[in-house]
Amino acid sequence: MLNTATAAVAAPPVTAAKRLMLSVNNIEVVYNDVILVLRGLSLEVPEGEIVALLGANGAGKSTTLKAISGLLKTEDGEVTRGDITFNGERINGIDPDQIVRKGIFQVMEGRRIIADMTCLENLRLGAYTRRDNGVKDDLDMVFSYFPRLKERTGLAGYLSGGEQQMLAIGRAMMARPKLILMDEPSMGLSPLMVKEVFSIVQQINRDLGVTILLVEQNARMALQAATRGYIMENGKVVLDGTAEELRNNEDVKEFYLGGGNEERKSFKNLKSFKRRKRWI
Amino acid sequence: MTLFLQLLVNGVIVGALYGVVAMSFVLIYKASRIVNFAQGEFLLIGAWTCWWLLTSWHLPFWIGFPITLVFMLVFGVILQVVVLRPMIGEPIISVIMVTIGLSIVFQAAMKWMFGVFAKPFPPIFASPTTNLFGLEVQTVYVVSLGISILIMAGFGWFFKYSRTGLAMRATAFDQQVAQSLGISVRRMFAMSWAISAMVSAVAGVTVGVVNGVSSALSIFGIKVFPAVILGGLDSVIGAVLGGLIVGVLENVAQYVDSQWLNWGNMYEIAPFYVLIAILMIKPYGLFGTKDIERV
Ligand SMILES: Nc1ncnc2c1ncn2[C@@H]1O[C@H](COP(=O)(O)OP(=O)(O)OP(=O)(O)O)[C@@H](O)[C@H]1O
Ligand SMILES: [Mg+2]
Repeated sequence: MLNTATAAVAAPPVTAAKRLMLSVNNIEVVYNDVILVLRGLSLEVPEGEIVALLGANGAGKSTTLKAISGLLKTEDGEVTRGDITFNGERINGIDPDQIVRKGIFQVMEGRRIIADMTCLENLRLGAYTRRDNGVKDDLDMVFSYFPRLKERTGLAGYLSGGEQQMLAIGRAMMARPKLILMDEPSMGLSPLMVKEVFSIVQQINRDLGVTILLVEQNARMALQAATRGYIMENGKVVLDGTAEELRNNEDVKEFYLGGGNEERKSFKNLKSFKRRKRWI
Repeated sequence: MTLFLQLLVNGVIVGALYGVVAMSFVLIYKASRIVNFAQGEFLLIGAWTCWWLLTSWHLPFWIGFPITLVFMLVFGVILQVVVLRPMIGEPIISVIMVTIGLSIVFQAAMKWMFGVFAKPFPPIFASPTTNLFGLEVQTVYVVSLGISILIMAGFGWFFKYSRTGLAMRATAFDQQVAQSLGISVRRMFAMSWAISAMVSAVAGVTVGVVNGVSSALSIFGIKVFPAVILGGLDSVIGAVLGGLIVGVLENVAQYVDSQWLNWGNMYEIAPFYVLIAILMIKPYGLFGTKDIERV
């Protein structure tokens, strides 16, 4: 039923269909040497899938993504325990620019496009690590996904929020990564734009075969797009399963998908909640 | 009137050189937010290196000059890696003190190695002066103007179209984002120092060919301040214009002084008066962006 592939870390399964791409194993993350944010978090991302990572504000979702992409280093954070394995290789402690070269690309929370450059320059920077000559074709491909970006020739800082999100996703596509870590792509967008963003996320997953680890506040949309999901609270995973299981889970319904009374503030208070220890 | 025109042309030519040095100063500031007080010494080191290659090794200019440029590239990288990289994360004031220290050390080292007297370059151009629109101008100045324009165009191209140039701009904009794109920020820092040292050396050699090489060359490092502050610390175009303004101002002030005021050497610091006046009206410089404090 639930994803129980933790045992597979020692010997990655060879079955092509469900090959593990990323496995985060019981990591602990500390900021500034004192602030403990992740307390034994584990998750797994099979190749070719969209995996959703959900949780309340401050649960540590962005921290998890930064631990994987190595960007934690730029914020004085450190993985102090556990390990992160990408395609069988341990990657914790590696510099973020090297991790991009291994094929992991993070689309950070809040778009973070380079405001004083044009769309085209932003996109070309996405392909910074590439040396092949397919960059020009990929520019055309990105523009075919986002025709609006082609019309905007001014500075990216003047784009609308939705357009900036498109640019941020397009920039990630330009890197031709194997895995995209996407942090709240729907943040601050209108419902219509949210739909568009999610359909594009699914499209690039399908068309380009990119694996996606998707952090979201919009649980409903995320669990529709994803094949499986993790729910985290206070720096730990408290529930996981296929997207369908999570969608039908009473607690998730109540807590994330709306409905139910407002009293319950945490999964800890839920009777039916079965805490799964992922310590090995 | 001819004198005035002559001074104006001189102003533009020298101003273009100021602009080049100011650009290389801004390059370091933009990439790493370091105010480099040793910029003038880059001119000095470049000029002495070239002079040494030409006089001691009797290399022709067209061989000695490129070797100088390569040397300065390497020198810039080593300086950044050995001295400035360990300073990353230290307070800005400490880093500034380090660059001031570097400037003093380089000055002393150059005097120790090459003496305190100005030494002329061996003649490089067949005819020392050229006629430019009816004005007698030193050939090397005409060539220097050409080189300045070339460097400026090169900078423009580099930052607009080259992969590394874009990466440097990204680093200047937001280091975390740059890293998320796969850019090695450390490498960008080293490169900004390397390019800055090399470009300054071009200006140093040019001035050295005209006036001879002496520690007076590092005055350029001081003149750069009114230029970049006029233009805005983080604007490359502003640096060029600031340099031009300073160059012209100096020469116009000299003219005004010689015709009417006769105050003596006061014209030397004329740009600083204007600098203060402009900063009172536009605290971020003429082209600076207001969020200059962004980290
Ligand atoms: N650079 C940092 N230094 C210190 N503490 C940090 C840092 N970044 C995050 N934290 C802390 O870590 C905890 C988790 O933060 P994180 O950004 O990972 O949460 P999140 O799940 O992404 O929340 P949100 O949904 O609001 O984006 C928070 O309590 C936050 O204050
Ligand atoms: Mg977050």
